[in-house]
This record gives sequence, structure tokens and C-alpha cells, in this order.
Amino acid sequence: MHIPDGFLDTKTWITTAVLSAGALGYSVKKSREELDEKQVPKLGIMAAFIFAAQMINFPIAGGTSGHLLGAALATVLLGPWNAALIISTVLVIQCFGFQDGGITALGGNIFNMAVVGVIVAFISCKILSSLFKNAAGRNISIFIASWLSVFVAATMASFELAVSGTVPFSVAFPAMAGWHTLIGIGEGLITVVVVNTVTRMGFVDAKIASVRGQRDERNL
Amino acid sequence: MKGIYKILILALIVAAFLSPFASSSPDGLEKVAEDLGFIDKSNESPIIKSPFPDYVFPGIKNEGAATAVAGIAGTLITFGVMVGLAKTVGKKTRRTQ
Repeated sequence: MHIPDGFLDTKTWITTAVLSAGALGYSVKKSREELDEKQVPKLGIMAAFIFAAQMINFPIAGGTSGHLLGAALATVLLGPWNAALIISTVLVIQCFGFQDGGITALGGNIFNMAVVGVIVAFISCKILSSLFKNAAGRNISIFIASWLSVFVAATMASFELAVSGTVPFSVAFPAMAGWHTLIGIGEGLITVVVVNTVTRMGFVDAKIASVRGQRDERNL
Repeated sequence: MKGIYKILILALIVAAFLSPFASSSPDGLEKVAEDLGFIDKSNESPIIKSPFPDYVFPGIKNEGAATAVAGIAGTLITFGVMVGLAKTVGKKTRRTQ
């Protein structure tokens, strides 16, 4: 759901750019408190993985495709502050390097996917994991959090299109919600599989894993 | 710790070998823009020229290969930029060990 140039009016792209800049500034501050040198390569690897995965559009229905967003994936594995920086970095590289997502829409895209997507994934996963504590419950929590992150990000995009006067919300929202209900299912499935796979490959520290309610494995 | 670099290799494999087979259908937002008739509002002329527009590496005739090479380049660039950024953001672990 990378918004191109021309869909957002000036007030909307400036507002979303300012909100995104503020949120990222705060994320940098929080990351600085938590991030140590050992985690640095993990951020790079997660960003690289999400960039690659976002290239893989999967067909859904009616001649439409979707791809992984990755907000929930990065949030579950590296926490919300790092996740916001990772998704933003991917979006900036896609925008300037690959002409994917407009330059004036960059603030809006970061706001929808790296800020709102991450916040939704973080809060919903936290609430759900406290309700379902076993391994299956954790996978269900990750699936639902992933679906919600895509759905709410798409809703934000609809709202921005409406505020910009591009298309009324009453028309944009049902259309966006319909497709992203399906794309969100893909997001949920991919996120659950990747989280489990990379955890087995030693991506998550024993310390962090136990904090986030996973099995306390010594992998070092 | 070294095991995590297998995930970077996995990302490169995805970018190189799966990207040429990715669906070329419009994504959710593009489809909505087409159906609701506002796709024309998108500006085709970019303000800044991208080195790899639409994930195609310039100068490679074969479309699949051009996408694969752009994918590998993008994955490595993303890794490098993110590591550089994280190094500036992250605190230094104490040099004691």
C-alpha cells in the first residue's frame, strides 16, 4: 500500500511527515536506550529480509496482489522502537532507490506502516499474548496482530486519501478494507512462519525470548 | 551468533530467485485506485530519478534477471544502510568485554 505522489494533498503530506518525524525521533531516543552493539547486525538483517520479502507480491483474488508489510514481524522479533526504524529505512530506500512510494507521500507511508502498523502490532500482540500463553496461542496472537497491523494501516491510508479530497472515505474504506482483509491473512501466515523459523535459527536472544514469553533456550 | 547471517543469505535468495516470479497484478491500493478512478492522479514523472525504477536493474535485457539483480542490490543496500544507522543510534557496549 505504498502511496504514490499525487494522491495526498499538501496539508496531508506535510501533517503525516511531521507526525512521522516526531515518532521516529522518539523511536531513535528509545532505541538508543536499549540497543547495544550485539543487536546492530540483527537490525540490518531484519531490514534486508523485509526489503526482499516486500518484493514478493503474492496473488490474492480478482487480479490483485499483496506483499508482506513486516511491521508485526519486526515488532515481535526486535521490539516496537527498532521495528519503526527498520520499516522506515526500508520505505526510504524503496522510495529513493526504486521509485516505490512517492517522495511527497513518504511521510504518509512511514506513518501508516512504520508508525501505526508497528503500534497496532505491538499493542495487539501484547494483549493477545497475555491471554493465550502457550505456543499455539502465541502463534495465534502473532497472526491476529499481523492481520490488524495491515488492516489498520490500510484504514489510515483510506483516511488520508479522503482528507486529501482524492476519494471519499465512504468509498475508499470499504474497497481498501476488502483487499487488505485478504492481504492481512497472507501477512499473518508469513509472519508466523518467519518468526518461528528465525527463532529456531538463533535470531532471538534467550534473554529477550524469556522476556517476550518464549521458551528460554540457551542459544549462545 | 553467526547463524543469524544465514537469514541474510535467505533474504538474498528470496530477492534473487523469488522476485522474478512475484505477481505483477496491482496491489490493494493500486487496484482500489483503478476501480475508483483516481489512479490518474498519481504522478508518473518522479521528482528525483531513482537508480532502479520499478525494481529493474538498468542495462540488463532479461526482465527476470534485471529484477533479480535489483533485488540483490536492494537487499544489500538495505542491510548496509540499516547497520550504519543502527551503529549511530546504538550505544557502545562497554569495552571491558
